[in-house]
Amino acid sequence: MSHIVNKQRNILDFALSSLLRRKGKNLALVTVYTLVVFALASVMFFTQALKKEATLVLGATPELIVQKLVAGRHDLIPVSYIGKIKKIRGVAGVEPRLWGYYYDPLVRANYTLLVNDKFKLPPQNILVGAGIARVRGAYRGRSINFFSYDGKPLTFRVRGVLSLESELLSADLIMISTADFRRLFGIPEGYATDLTVHVRNHKEVATVAAKIQQFFPDTRPILRDEILRTYKAVFDWRSGIVIVVLAGALLAFLIFAWDKAAGLSAEERREIGILKAIGWETSDVLQLKFWEGLTVSLTAFLVGTILAYVHVFWAAAPLFATVIKGWSTLYPNFRLTPFLSFYQIAILFFFTVVPYTVATIIPSWRAATIDPDQVMRT
Amino acid sequence: MRKSSIFLVFIGACSLALGLAFLDAHLQAAGDLPYLRQEIKVVETLQLTDLCLATEARHTRHPSQADWHSPFQSHPGALDHFPSGGIIQPPETVIKGYEPHRQ
Repeated sequence: MSHIVNKQRNILDFALSSLLRRKGKNLALVTVYTLVVFALASVMFFTQALKKEATLVLGATPELIVQKLVAGRHDLIPVSYIGKIKKIRGVAGVEPRLWGYYYDPLVRANYTLLVNDKFKLPPQNILVGAGIARVRGAYRGRSINFFSYDGKPLTFRVRGVLSLESELLSADLIMISTADFRRLFGIPEGYATDLTVHVRNHKEVATVAAKIQQFFPDTRPILRDEILRTYKAVFDWRSGIVIVVLAGALLAFLIFAWDKAAGLSAEERREIGILKAIGWETSDVLQLKFWEGLTVSLTAFLVGTILAYVHVFWAAAPLFATVIKGWSTLYPNFRLTPFLSFYQIAILFFFTVVPYTVATIIPSWRAATIDPDQVMRT
Repeated sequence: MRKSSIFLVFIGACSLALGLAFLDAHLQAAGDLPYLRQEIKVVETLQLTDLCLATEARHTRHPSQADWHSPFQSHPGALDHFPSGGIIQPPETVIKGYEPHRQ
């Protein structure tokens, strides 16, 4: 046993010396390879953590939402729809929701205004999300001006700031009273933004949704399951930036693999020839090349994965934040709860370490099986 | 010290760091449980439907609620030009095509 270990360590020593002889080239290779692994791992960690958190948190979202569509666009829904929906068997309750967007030209930010009867807010008092408090300086006791639908200025007093911990959900939220909401946007009584429907038996939600659409063909029911599925698909591997990063990484791997599979350099071939001439077996040469490949790929894999973990979960993914923020000036400061699994790491290992190691061995095997004299002469 | 020894120590240290990342993830997830519960409570109380990830456009602020024309604004042939629209995939219902809830 110790003989085998000693032999492998000797080969590893030789492999490391061989790599260090071409220090510049191999260092560049490891750096690029590490960056590829870092990009892939960062995307994987970020999307998985977001998907997990969304699934966990949005499990408490209303089980059925009914919107009205006019010419393909979301429109105000008459509250009179509630009566007929309530009569559908299995419906436990229907509540109107009032919410909308307000563009604040002062800071060029979009706010989401929401009415919730559980917060008994006095007239002209609002609660604001932590993001708004930050960009607008709207802290408790301060006043904030909005312009109503007819251009009249309305002053609101900030009664409080929503918790920092829920910033991933409420950074841009403004809680406002029903009367103020209607006054701000000119929404008449008898209309709501959408309706939430509570169904007694979860299994009947789809049936209730079908009946609502049968009674009101101009509506669009949105099931909780659909919302959850949306968030599972939103950061799917096919989505925008993920596919761009994957394509970039794939191309980088193709270049690596092409460089390796296209053949060894004259120097490397001569080295193999000399090793064979001084008595190395073909299997020894292959083991040497295996260790060389593994040294490069394992280093890149481990360093890239650790850097990706630090980037996503310690530094709050600054590289992705730029894309998510886009043109918006208001964005949440959130730290994702890490969800790390052996499955993720195994997938990453399989897609990064294995192809490179295999691509290193194949051309070496071809060179190692040729007569040493011929290899050294070419 | 042999080169292989230095390399093995380096790989061992990196593997240990990766193991510590798992431990850190576990501890952080456990520590974040009260915050996650609070987030669930916020969703339940305020009847929220979406995460506040990108606020620049309604289809990226509320991907599950926005109508299917919103990424293209008022122009049927226009492309979604919001940067955050580039990372958020359309809801499943849009990809699969419009299928009304019929029995």
